[in-house]
Order: sequence, then structure tokens, then C-alpha cells
Amino acid sequence: MLRPRIIPCLLIHNGGLVKTVQFEAPKYVGDPLNAVRIFNEKEVDELMVVDIDASRSGRPPNETLIAQLAAECRMPLCYGGGVNTVEQFERLIALGVEKVAVSSAAVDEPELITRAALRVGSQSVVVVIDVKATGMLHRAEVVTLNATRGSGLEPVAFARKMQDLGAGEIVLNSVDRDGQMQGYDLELVGRVRQAVSVPLTVLGGAGSLDDIRGLVQRYPVIGAAAGSLFVFKGKYRAVLINYPGRAERDALARPSAAQAASS
Amino acid sequence: MSRVTLVDYGLGNIRAFVHIYERLNLPATVATTPEQLKEAERIILPGVGAFDWAMTRLNGSGLRDALDEVVQRRLVPVLGVCVGMQMMAHRSEEGKLPGLGWIDADVMRLNPGQTGHAPLPHMGWNDVQPAAFDSLFRGIEAPRYYFLHSYCVAPRQRGDVLATARYGADFSDFTAAVRSGHVFGTQFHPEKSHQWGIDLLRNFAEF
Repeated sequence: MLRPRIIPCLLIHNGGLVKTVQFEAPKYVGDPLNAVRIFNEKEVDELMVVDIDASRSGRPPNETLIAQLAAECRMPLCYGGGVNTVEQFERLIALGVEKVAVSSAAVDEPELITRAALRVGSQSVVVVIDVKATGMLHRAEVVTLNATRGSGLEPVAFARKMQDLGAGEIVLNSVDRDGQMQGYDLELVGRVRQAVSVPLTVLGGAGSLDDIRGLVQRYPVIGAAAGSLFVFKGKYRAVLINYPGRAERDALARPSAAQAASS
Repeated sequence: MSRVTLVDYGLGNIRAFVHIYERLNLPATVATTPEQLKEAERIILPGVGAFDWAMTRLNGSGLRDALDEVVQRRLVPVLGVCVGMQMMAHRSEEGKLPGLGWIDADVMRLNPGQTGHAPLPHMGWNDVQPAAFDSLFRGIEAPRYYFLHSYCVAPRQRGDVLATARYGADFSDFTAAVRSGHVFGTQFHPEKSHQWGIDLLRNFAEF
């Protein structure tokens, strides 16, 4: 059986780990390598690390830090931030990263996805789609550069296009729900799941294990990613790295009785 | 216990393997030259990326002849990981270049049936069923490993299937690990599979 992937997503800003709310107000939560060591001990399924300064400031990935993170990780690592050439995909994979994520580069230069997939394989090419409700009608729109720039693109069609170009995974990231801990945008998840046949990971909004359970019970093969949930504890948002234990994860992944009967 | 030599041809997470062996207090070295391969007692051939790209890197690394020598003539035990395992087959549907031909197998695209139920690439933690008692899986309970691939190795000899995993709407099995004499391979990433992977890597060094 393939299990759902429960994925802490860590943001790097000014060399430290931060957590944002709606992509703003970064709060320092710790040192990246130290966090990786704790997540190792907790046997996390996968880890996602995003440098939120790189693309914004037009800077390439910090390869020194990424190499350290990749060597330290005893679980697969997905890195995003500042990647916009095939050569960077190659170098990051050679440094030991399993998957490389792009966001603004996929909007600006979609063919990059195809060229990267031919080189490093689709399985290592991840497109992060940042989605925000915009305009008077609050339509879902793909946004880039930490949600500072619109694209006019509709997320479901864009996800499909990225898959067709060679992306091996889509990460659907809700800007509006970031840091809110009020639950995932299941409606949008459903529409993207219908539209693509590559693995889908959902980020933005998870506030409890119940939110994760709700997602994986509905979509058994999915990635459930979260930032706040795994770095904050309690209503005062005290910084405490946490992650469900083995038994808890097994229980989350177990299909409910109703689902087992229908599938 | 034997010294493990990691083949460094520019692909795969060499440091992650070395870290694990350091933590286990088992000797591990990285080979970037043919001379460093000559004394190898155990070899790990990692790999990620597209098949032809990986073969191109290996063929251009200057290590190919020395590898063939130690694996095919000196019969040094070798473990191929992910694309490293796929490269040990004759050929792959993913590419045009010939493989190493160390195992009698071909590499095919996974066919998990209905999309939606079973996305491709196959990505994440999957339960693994060892086909028989084998030293590689010794002492590992309820084995589960991290997979990240769209292609899998199909051995022509059934006896070479060391473990299978189940994926897809029709619950079809694919080959998760192979063994042909001293040649081992895992489709999954033991270096990224926590204790299940650490135990397997220890077994490979110690059997």
C-alpha cells in the first residue's frame, strides 16, 4: 500500500527558518539544520524546504546550505527557491536533493519544465502553484514571487499544463490560507485532483491532524503538507517542532469503513 | 563487516549514504577514480534522474571499466539504488542507451492502471514484501520504503525478484528489489527511509 505523505514545509528567510501568515509577517522559528535533525528523529515522510528570499531578490539557490540539508536529511528532500535553469536542477539533484521545485520560473518560462524533466526525470520536477483569490469576484489566480505578482492564470488549467509539460508533482499552495490553520481548500483540491494524474500535494491551511485526516480520507494518495502545524504548539503559537508518531500516522492512512466499502 | 564504497559519478545522494554508515560506525568511502574502486569490498551504485542522463554520466566518469571489472570479474557485491538499479539491467523504456547488463532484466514504465487512483510517478512510502528470506531484509519488520520513480525493473528470471511492492487500482505488484547472486538492487531509497533503510544498509555491509 502506498501511504499518504505528510510533509512539513519549512521556509528559509535571512538564513533562518520562519513561518509566515498569508505570505507575510515572517516569524523566526529556528535553525534549518537543527530542525532537520529533529524531523529525522520523528521519522517524517518527506521534507520540503523553500527559500522565500531567493526568487524575490533574483538570487540563485544557496548550494552550501542545500548540500548540508540534503546530507543531514534521512528522508527525501524537496527544495524550492531561486531555481530557473536546467543546470540548477542538475546541480541540486547532484547535491543530493530528491526533488526540485519551481514556481515563478514555471509561469515565466513553462518550457523549462520539459527540459528539466528530460534531464533529471519527471519524478524530480515539482511545480508549486501559489493560489490567491483576486479581483472583485475573488477568483482563484496563480500568483508568483511571494504573492506579489499576479499572472492572470487559472490554477486548474495551469496544473494540467504543467503536468503535460513534464512536471512529476504539483504542490497546490493556498496564499489566503497560509498560517491561518483553518483547514485546506478542499474544493480547489478536488478540481485539481480531477485534472491531473501526477502526485498532488496540498499546502496552506492545515491547523490540526483532523485537517490532514479529512484530506487523506478523501484522497488516499496525496501529499498533505503543512508549515504552522508542525512548528507551533497551542493557541499562543509557541515554537515547538512536532509531528505525528508512527501509530498515529498509520491510523491517519487507514481508510475509514465507509471508504473501504466503496472502493 | 566489509568496507562499503560509494560510486561517485555525480549523481545520487552520496553524502546521505556516508552519513548513515558513519552513524553506524561502519567504514565507508567514496570512489571518484578507478583506483579507488579496485580495493572495494562492497559497492553501492546510487542514481537519480533520467536513464540516459545517468548512463551518460556514468560512461563519462571514467569509472565504467573499473566497475565492470570489480562487479563482473571479481564478483564484488554491489547494490544499485533507484536509477542505479535500473542501470544494471539490459535496457530501459525510458532511454536509448544500453544498460550495464549486470542483471538479466529490462526496465519498463510502471503501469498502475487507472489514473487518479494511482498517480505516476509513484511517489512516497510503500509497504514492501520480501519474496523470500534474504540477508538484505534480515531483521526488518513490516518493511516500508520511500519510492520516487515512474519506471521499474522487470527481471526475466523470476528467481531474481527479491521483493515486491503493490501499487495501483488493480493492486499489481512490481519489483521493489532484485538479487542475482552478488548483484543487488532496490528501486526504493534506503538512504532516505529512516530505520528501515538504515537496517538494510547495515545488512548489505555485514552479510
